[in-house]
Amino acid sequence: MDTITQTPANVREVTDTSASAPGVENPDTAAPPELPEEQRELVFELRDLEIRYSGHTAVREVNIDVAAREITAFIGPSGCGKTTVLRSLNRMHDITPGATVHGTVLYHGENLYGPKVDSAEVRRRIGMVFQKPNPFPKTIFHNVAYGPKINGRKRSDMSDIVEEALTRAALWDEVKDKLNKSALGLSGGQQQRLCIARALAVEPDVLLMDEPCSALDPIATARIEDLMEELKRDYTIVIVTHNMQQAARTSDRTAFFTAEIDDAGKRVGRLVEYDVTEKLFTAPSDPRTEGYITGRFG
Amino acid sequence: MTSVGTAVAGASRLTPGPKSRSRRVRNWVATVVIGLAFLIAMVPLVFLVVYVVQQGSKAFSWEFLTTNPPFSDRLPGGGMAPAVVGTIVITGAAALMAIPLGILGGIYLNEYGGKNALARTVRFLAEVMTGVPSIVMGLFIYTLVVVNTGERTGFAGSLALASLMLPIVIRVTDQMLQLVPRELREGSYALGSRRARTIRTVVLPKAAPGIVSGALLAVARAAGETAPVLFTIGIVAEPNWNVFKGPNTTLSQQIFLNATSPFAPAQERAWAAALTLILIVFVVTILARIVTAFFSRRQGA
Repeated sequence: MDTITQTPANVREVTDTSASAPGVENPDTAAPPELPEEQRELVFELRDLEIRYSGHTAVREVNIDVAAREITAFIGPSGCGKTTVLRSLNRMHDITPGATVHGTVLYHGENLYGPKVDSAEVRRRIGMVFQKPNPFPKTIFHNVAYGPKINGRKRSDMSDIVEEALTRAALWDEVKDKLNKSALGLSGGQQQRLCIARALAVEPDVLLMDEPCSALDPIATARIEDLMEELKRDYTIVIVTHNMQQAARTSDRTAFFTAEIDDAGKRVGRLVEYDVTEKLFTAPSDPRTEGYITGRFG
Repeated sequence: MTSVGTAVAGASRLTPGPKSRSRRVRNWVATVVIGLAFLIAMVPLVFLVVYVVQQGSKAFSWEFLTTNPPFSDRLPGGGMAPAVVGTIVITGAAALMAIPLGILGGIYLNEYGGKNALARTVRFLAEVMTGVPSIVMGLFIYTLVVVNTGERTGFAGSLALASLMLPIVIRVTDQMLQLVPRELREGSYALGSRRARTIRTVVLPKAAPGIVSGALLAVARAAGETAPVLFTIGIVAEPNWNVFKGPNTTLSQQIFLNATSPFAPAQERAWAAALTLILIVFVVTILARIVTAFFSRRQGA
């Protein structure tokens, strides 16, 4: 896997892996990365996160720190809870009947599930791109303008906002002459970049991406990956992916999840290891991680 | 089998073997059966339209739509103006009541109620109500409204027709909203949209064509109903545009009365009234389609 050598430049060298981890004592979970901690601005702090669907635990004991302007990847086999964890970061579970979130999610130090927190406000700051491109059945222009309109942006600013968002999503040149055409006429890759533009138009702080390339061909995938690299300068990105090469190519840190059978015989997702991507792929500290990345299971 | 241009020794791989041949036969039989079924299904429909047009066109003219019926059933000529007016105002008033209420009800069921006890009850009752014979709706409004106000009016008929339309509109809206993909709603929520706005700007536009079709079906059904208006609207020989005051009449009622008359001119008027009714439903359907097409084009759907 020579792709691993292409890790982004700003991954810091792993110097000290001894357990100077603050506060987390879960033997299953790799200690949070202890690189120049004081320099990392944490966007998310997940503490003993557990998510249940109708009382049944889907994933538990998740402890992850997500740093600003980094790409954090969640990998693991199907049913390991990585998407479930991702959706807890912008409170998407609020609209899933039966889903409950336990434990703590801090967003810039503030409890994301605090009593006064408004989930719509949360989602304006934490955008999301879905597995399947889901443009609205509206024009390209109105797809992008949808979010800013909700935010009460002025109608007169709208064309500038739309142009900027489409430019950032590397789609402007392809669609600038057909902004009033239906978004459904675009190709799959264009639709997905439109969905990214739509999310960016709200000027979020974080972009959550749920397997954004799984429905796309390799060329469209490459474009999205380039785009993520661009966006990293301004945004914090968390991406769920089935594609290990993609995680290795694009991310700064990677969390590996797996599913286990618990005492009651139920399948439960767990975080196995969370570390700097290069280290996780070259020198994983857990044998299960090694087994997965070398293709022995999953 | 010898195939074109190729000299393959032994059996060709490309010509059908026995198994494949039986599949081809079954495929052919299925195609023929489905085609026949379609033709048979079309027979009553085509026959009905052709026959109504043929019989109805005898007495049908612009005069027919704009003049009052003659004094006596025996006399030829005259028209159905009162019934045309009555059908439009009574069905219109019924649609104005039932369609908005039904759509709001359907939105509640699918978007807010979901599977809670109230929503399940309402959904069940709406289903039962679609099966209630229309004459029961007429009797219901008769005892509730006509007996209490002591007057038969077009509006009483509208109420009866509206109670007939309401469950249809509720169910269609509920079902059409269920078909809106979850991903679209999530896409809207993920941009910080709240439920009411998501429903208004994403969910309803997506479901609109289906809802319009359902509402039209309800209008067409109501326009053609005779039983609910039989006890509720009385009868009148001159156009009455006021739906709230005085008796009225509808095309369906006039068809019923004239068709059962022993005199040929009256029977001809019944046929022409039937043709008029079909044309009204046709025009309303086309108008609604144009409106929906206009809105979905504006959305770029």
